[in-house]
Amino acid sequence: MAEHETHVVDVLVIGAGGAGLRAAIEAHERGARTAVVCKSLLGKAHTVMAEGGVAAALRNVWPEDSWQVHFRDTMRGGKLLNNWRMAQLHAQEAPDRVLELEAWGALFDRTPDGRILQRDFGGHRYARLAHVGDRTGLEMIRTLQQRAVGLGIEVYMECKIVRLLRDASGAVNGAVGFYRESGSFVVFGAKAVVLASGGVGKAWKFTSNSWESTGDGHALALWAGADLIDMECVQFHPTGMVWPPSARGILVTEGVRGDGGVLRNRDGDRFMFNYIPDFYAKETADTIEEADQWYDNKKDFRRPPELLPRDEVARSINAEVKAGRGSPHGGVFLDIASRRSPEYIKRRLPSMYHQFKELADVDITAEPMEVGPTCHYIMGGVRVEADTEATTVPGLYAAGEVAGGMHGANRLGGNSLSDLLVFGRRAGLAAAEHALGTGEVALDLAQADEVIAEALAPFGRERGENPYAVHHDLQETMQDLVGIIRTESELLEADEKLDELEQRAGVVSVEGHRQFNPGWHLALDLQSMLAVARCTTRAATARKESRGGHTRDDYPNPDPELAKLNMVTRLDPSGAVTVAPEPLPEMPEELKALFDEEH
Amino acid sequence: MATLVQEAVPAGGAATSSPAETVTLRLWRGDARGGEFRDYTVENLGGEVVLDVVHRIQAEQAPDLAVRWNCKAGKCGSCSAEINGKPRLMCMTRMSSLDVSEPITVSPMRGNPIIRDLVTDVSYHFAVARRIPGFHPGPPEPDGTYRMSQVDVDRVQEFRKCIECFLCQNVCHVIRDHEDNKPAYAGPRFFVRLAELELHPLDTLDRRELAAKELGIGLCNITKCCTEVCPEDIHITDNAIIPMKERVVDARYDPIAWLGRKILRRPAPTPAAEVASLTPAGRSGEVISIEPRTPPGGPA
Repeated sequence: MAEHETHVVDVLVIGAGGAGLRAAIEAHERGARTAVVCKSLLGKAHTVMAEGGVAAALRNVWPEDSWQVHFRDTMRGGKLLNNWRMAQLHAQEAPDRVLELEAWGALFDRTPDGRILQRDFGGHRYARLAHVGDRTGLEMIRTLQQRAVGLGIEVYMECKIVRLLRDASGAVNGAVGFYRESGSFVVFGAKAVVLASGGVGKAWKFTSNSWESTGDGHALALWAGADLIDMECVQFHPTGMVWPPSARGILVTEGVRGDGGVLRNRDGDRFMFNYIPDFYAKETADTIEEADQWYDNKKDFRRPPELLPRDEVARSINAEVKAGRGSPHGGVFLDIASRRSPEYIKRRLPSMYHQFKELADVDITAEPMEVGPTCHYIMGGVRVEADTEATTVPGLYAAGEVAGGMHGANRLGGNSLSDLLVFGRRAGLAAAEHALGTGEVALDLAQADEVIAEALAPFGRERGENPYAVHHDLQETMQDLVGIIRTESELLEADEKLDELEQRAGVVSVEGHRQFNPGWHLALDLQSMLAVARCTTRAATARKESRGGHTRDDYPNPDPELAKLNMVTRLDPSGAVTVAPEPLPEMPEELKALFDEEH
Repeated sequence: MATLVQEAVPAGGAATSSPAETVTLRLWRGDARGGEFRDYTVENLGGEVVLDVVHRIQAEQAPDLAVRWNCKAGKCGSCSAEINGKPRLMCMTRMSSLDVSEPITVSPMRGNPIIRDLVTDVSYHFAVARRIPGFHPGPPEPDGTYRMSQVDVDRVQEFRKCIECFLCQNVCHVIRDHEDNKPAYAGPRFFVRLAELELHPLDTLDRRELAAKELGIGLCNITKCCTEVCPEDIHITDNAIIPMKERVVDARYDPIAWLGRKILRRPAPTPAAEVASLTPAGRSGEVISIEPRTPPGGPA
């Protein structure tokens, strides 16, 4: 038997970002012995990079707001591919989750009467995002981290989970991982496992995501027999940095546009006025004069086109650059300097000011920024039951970016942080209830031994390829062939290349020993990224329409029939990824009626 | 790309008419048992930060080179190291700010035990975090929410900016050169945390005795080394440590003045009885387990 340590808990949470910590807090408070495993140090998860805010209809700035309006904005932003029940729960519960954070010590910016201030963001009808300057994610993760530590929840840091374990009935009952620091293995027994592992951005070349976003949770679920949905729906955030090269992809918050920033092409034109889709024409200003009055008077004027949902803005920037009207480094200009005072910019957007000053030597209070689309978020993910976040495999739950359904084909800014809180809590609750009603865990250590042997295989191979080279080629493939604009021939080419990349990844070799060895870590992360890349490529091939973040050059329009279908990816008995369209849950009439109301 | 833009080189720096073709990093390689500096030379691509060059060395020459990083945007505080002896974030140190005509030395944070290469054992800091009783608010308004003014929030938000890079802990000479002080000393990051809670408009706990007796704030003799290295420009010494020291003195000599100051900030007065009943002692016994465990040679 391979050497390893063992821990047995009621609920194991994989991931310590917003969703994981919120799930762990809930499970603990429901009486379950709970442990959190995270791939980095506690407090460093990708949530820390969220900038703009957390969307919740608190009605502190606009009393007209309500969960119904937030729900409708979310569904429209997602091009109606959302799981309606998740979007409803999210809109209804987000305000309580934000207020709860405040009761745990979070300090949001304030209205003049001392309540939580809310800011404008793309696709949200009213100023709705509770925020802390442009570092809302840091505030959120620190608050949750300090709460979890105060409650005494067990945390296993810098630990990568390689596989989930299952009992004879197929239910998940544990996981195998290793400490990155020492390279020694650890086996967790758990009555319920919550996946809260975040996104997949590292499979693409230009991404706002950190090294951790390698799709581990998506892959763990897939390998354990769970369904994934809508993996073709990947969000390319319209404004990533494009220069200098090393900073390419780093996020520039949508808050810049919410606070008055506008997009301009090489000629200084506000080109977004040329890209207003019919779907949003009624509520979008079509002149500069009207757009500029909206910031102060939202009742009488319509919103600027710079604040269309992210998929629309990203496609427009892409088209402008392709037409030869881009900025010197292949992006467009994002200008707030000519529109707001330096004091205002520094107060509202302190980390953007800092980021551009330090990384690009650009003073955003005096010059425009150069920006372009960057791979940011995956709307698709593990298929879950809306109320409990239970996956299709017993004992396995998923919340946050790793789960699918909530955001449909495109996520609105600010809806991610609220998603983490609402569904993190619900997953923790359901996992705890499941665990407390389940008998003792019977771990199958032979299964664990197999996993450990497989994970160590790269050390035993000689003269295999360097995992960094395989990762580089995977990123090139996904960026070029499964990027922001897709077409069938390229998707099929990508699928073939993935065959080759899988073969190469299967024979990489690793130098050195097991202690903190990044080459080895990448060799294992590659397995997750390849699984995700395959799901995205096949689902993208199957969805023959353009919808939200999924844009097909060969099918440029939405297809009303495909609006009723999820693309479900799962493994067939031979281990191959298959895609099957399955009907979306049907929205009840009273919610459908919300879409007919005039606003 | 044809339109490669030349980076500005600061006056008096290593300005040459054209950028050097190669750069050399002198990286510390080794583990708790010992190690050595090794030189790695790569192409000078321009527009890079130190972490980019470290990553290229990893991808091309030393795949097992251990380095911690996450966001590469100065927001997570993972990639702390000493660059030419100066504690910095690798992701926020531009190559153009360094003299590349000489090898650039990158070594692990000296204040922490070494794990491997540039990765150090930061478990001490996570252990200290557990010793500080968390936020404990007073009762909310009748509608169940809280009211705070922006000016009160601003004061604390300076401290909430902390990204926990632990550079301040690394340079604090109370522990940098005196491992034996660690059990009785929290360090600048956690004095910032104490100040944050002390100034939080809603918090009701009194942690001043803890700060003085168990967390050793008196050992700090305000040399401001921590403030100088803070990548978030938090005025650690002036805004956090010195006011905390003053409040600790208040606690001993003038508890009424302290209570008055704490209560006056709030829109709704907090009953004194409640403040008195919420001593830290009730919560300080909680223990949590944060992995990974301290390796051999780590702090006691």
